[in-house]
Amino acid sequence: MPRNTLNRQLNMVQDEILILGSMVEQATRAAVGTLKSRDLREAKLVFEQDQIINEKRFAIENAILILMATQQPMARDLRTLAALLEVNTELERMGDYAKGIAKVTLRMGNAEVNLPMVEINQMAELAVGMLHRALSAFIEENANLAVAIPKEDDRIDELFNTAYSKILHEMVANPSTIDNVNLALWVIHNLERMADRVSNICERTVFIATGELFEMDGMDEEDLNV
Amino acid sequence: MEDMNQPSKYAIETRGLNIFYGDFQAVKDISLQFERNRITAIIGPSGCGKSTVLRAFNRMNDFVPSAHATGEVLYHDQNINHPSVDAVQLRRLIGMVFQKPNPFPKSIYDNIAWGAKMNGFRGNTDDLVEETLRQAALWDEVKDNLKKSALALSGGQQQRLCIARALAVRPEIILMDEPCSALDPIATLKIEDLMRELSQNYTIIIVTHNMQQAARASDYTAFFTMDTDRSGIMVEYNETSLIFTKPKDQRTEDYITGRFG
Repeated sequence: MPRNTLNRQLNMVQDEILILGSMVEQATRAAVGTLKSRDLREAKLVFEQDQIINEKRFAIENAILILMATQQPMARDLRTLAALLEVNTELERMGDYAKGIAKVTLRMGNAEVNLPMVEINQMAELAVGMLHRALSAFIEENANLAVAIPKEDDRIDELFNTAYSKILHEMVANPSTIDNVNLALWVIHNLERMADRVSNICERTVFIATGELFEMDGMDEEDLNV
Repeated sequence: MEDMNQPSKYAIETRGLNIFYGDFQAVKDISLQFERNRITAIIGPSGCGKSTVLRAFNRMNDFVPSAHATGEVLYHDQNINHPSVDAVQLRRLIGMVFQKPNPFPKSIYDNIAWGAKMNGFRGNTDDLVEETLRQAALWDEVKDNLKKSALALSGGQQQRLCIARALAVRPEIILMDEPCSALDPIATLKIEDLMRELSQNYTIIIVTHNMQQAARASDYTAFFTMDTDRSGIMVEYNETSLIFTKPKDQRTEDYITGRFG
């Protein structure tokens, strides 16, 4: 079967995407962990290490462009490379969300703040789990698996709503901490958006497998409320 | 002073190479270094002198009476244009594969065995035939029909046989002049995969009109064009990935994007 070079280099880029994905997973877990531990050194590390994620993103983008320019991919190969470019960007933005959460810890410092940690932890675990499985489905080009994952976003939305109510209650109950509690809204927003971006990765998996482009969360509340 | 015992870092190198056909200067002042065990492609519009330069690497231009060269082509630290260099021996070490597959009208087996024997091969010919056919990724397709005429093979198979024939005399460098221009796309991709395999043990220099092929198959690319006096000049040489994504010279950019040439 010809095209050994293209296959080999494509596999290399896919491996790099998996590594980038695991860096994002790790950063997210670590960032959320610092909300409870208030380990400010760790938070600063997560904040700074986003730079490594950004650099990796550019390196992967460059590798994809070189592959496109030199190997003239067609059909499924072309869709895979276009999808890899897209997923690469999604992962980099998820890295920014983790960085944003680490920044919240740094802003709070050691101040006493009543955060909805149960919901936050669950949201983070769910989002990271979704990301992990979405990337597996993406690399395996398993559209059936990919289609199922965005549905889990409903659970994250529920947790978001619960956490949101708790945060508002806390603001009313302890107005003196409102500055810091307000920061918790960023955290849950970031985690909610992270799950949305996982859906985008799943869309790209279907695109590779079928060539069809469509939005999987097209019927979410934002659209219905317009 | 360069240590003469150390083999040169490069498989072959030109310094200020000029080639003339009579009064006409075909290529001007080419200085290029070819990395060992790598594939280097020479691309450029028709008439830019890329085949002329390729043929200078094993003195094939000797067959053109009006051709003469100045400057240096260094191979193992020696200028191959020096009268003391045995051109026949040189062509054994620097083999060539041509545009149109040109097997002898003999059996597959003899195509490989003959050239090797003429070059003084004294070992086991059966082993040599198998080894080189394997290296040329042709063995599995022909192993049961080694006595069949080479001319009965498909174009792509004939070209791989010609590559096997070139390998049978144990060269260091393989020159390829448009080796796929007579082949269909799948046969072309097979040859490109084969080139990648061979580059582990050989240095490959390929001239091609097909810049997509240069992009796909090579590690380094040299872009040639014609100067105002119609002499061929080298515009840019770099890693293939850079030539096709970030060329430095506007003329290279214009050529590879199809704006010129």
